[in-house]
Amino acid sequence: MKTPWTDQKIEEVVGNLLRTGVMLSAVVVLFGGIIYLARHGTEPADYGVFHGEPEELRTVGGIVRYAFSFHGRGIIQLGLLLLIATPVARVAFAVWGFAAERDRLYVFFTVVVLLILLGSLIGSSAGV
Amino acid sequence: MNVLEFTLLLCSGSLLAGLVGSLTGLGGGVVLVPLLTIFFHVDIRYAIGASLVSVIATSSGAAAAYVKEGFSNIRIGMFLEIATTLGALLGAFIAVWVPTRGLAIIFGVVLIGSAYLSRKPRSAAEREVPQDALATRLRLNGSFPDTQGIRNYNVKNVPAGFGLMFGAGTMSGMLGIGSGAMKVLAMDQAMKIPFKVSTTTSNFMIGVTAAASAGVYLSRGYIAPGLVMPVMLGVLAGSLLGTRILVKAKTKWLRLGFSLVIVVLGIEMIYQGIKGMI
Repeated sequence: MKTPWTDQKIEEVVGNLLRTGVMLSAVVVLFGGIIYLARHGTEPADYGVFHGEPEELRTVGGIVRYAFSFHGRGIIQLGLLLLIATPVARVAFAVWGFAAERDRLYVFFTVVVLLILLGSLIGSSAGV
Repeated sequence: MNVLEFTLLLCSGSLLAGLVGSLTGLGGGVVLVPLLTIFFHVDIRYAIGASLVSVIATSSGAAAAYVKEGFSNIRIGMFLEIATTLGALLGAFIAVWVPTRGLAIIFGVVLIGSAYLSRKPRSAAEREVPQDALATRLRLNGSFPDTQGIRNYNVKNVPAGFGLMFGAGTMSGMLGIGSGAMKVLAMDQAMKIPFKVSTTTSNFMIGVTAAASAGVYLSRGYIAPGLVMPVMLGVLAGSLLGTRILVKAKTKWLRLGFSLVIVVLGIEMIYQGIKGMI
């Protein structure tokens, strides 16, 4: 690519990345929602008492397995994982962008943010 | 009420919340949690989980529109995100230990505080902020397109801004909100960053901050797919609609009205928290 990477250019690409991520996740959530409603629409709704979601809807591995066995709630949760991953992808892209600008200080800062995000997602979904 | 009716009602309610959130500039999360707990009698932990996820959706969706205008400062955002993400992790862990009625009371106070902050006249723009050694070393000073061409600005009080951002992150992680009002306070008031740059950069940071605590909420079982589905889709649609209205309508009275609604919701949250109804 011939165009040099500037802050503005990085931000534009990042903006599109965010929009795509959100729209993709909304479509997956809607799809899962339709399946869920078709199967469970007539059951009573109860969120007044906190039970906590079951294991298969709490970890990344569990969600992926549950979604691919075509469970509505699993597919919704997969869409939500995509949504959570969108800002993470944005930070990962910024690491790359600052590296292309040869801005070591900001490569360092963005890597710190990325590690915090990944640590939170991976650390907590490992079942701690 | 069965799941289908509940879903449809919730979706319309969330659409309204998203609309209110974007018109007042307070974000959808601020009205979502009271809506879910007070009107739908949802447990506050499920409500916070649903709100947090919706905050990611609206922030990321709106950011795409803002970045093209060139107002947001990606360096300020990235640097301060170190503070907000660490704060968000702390907040998410605190939320697990605080009893639900305590969360309701804190939420009510924050609600009233945000309504106040959003109505407070902003400080007159200080055009000539002297160069700050730390801000210069961190390359935080920037520029943005103004009516008279490109305007340069300097940033100051970096440690104070960083500290406030940590607080904003903690609020976000504990209550499942974007804490946009507090983020703007840190940038606009403390760091003297121009208002437009502050608001757009804040919006950009909200999604990353929320993503940091989302993992903790997910693993604790706070994110209920059947509940989040209508909420997230409704809020997203509402806030997209809101940004369109914002361009056309005269929103002064609308904003005042909504701010009053938010104060009333805040008082109700505190009342129900004290009474132990939440």
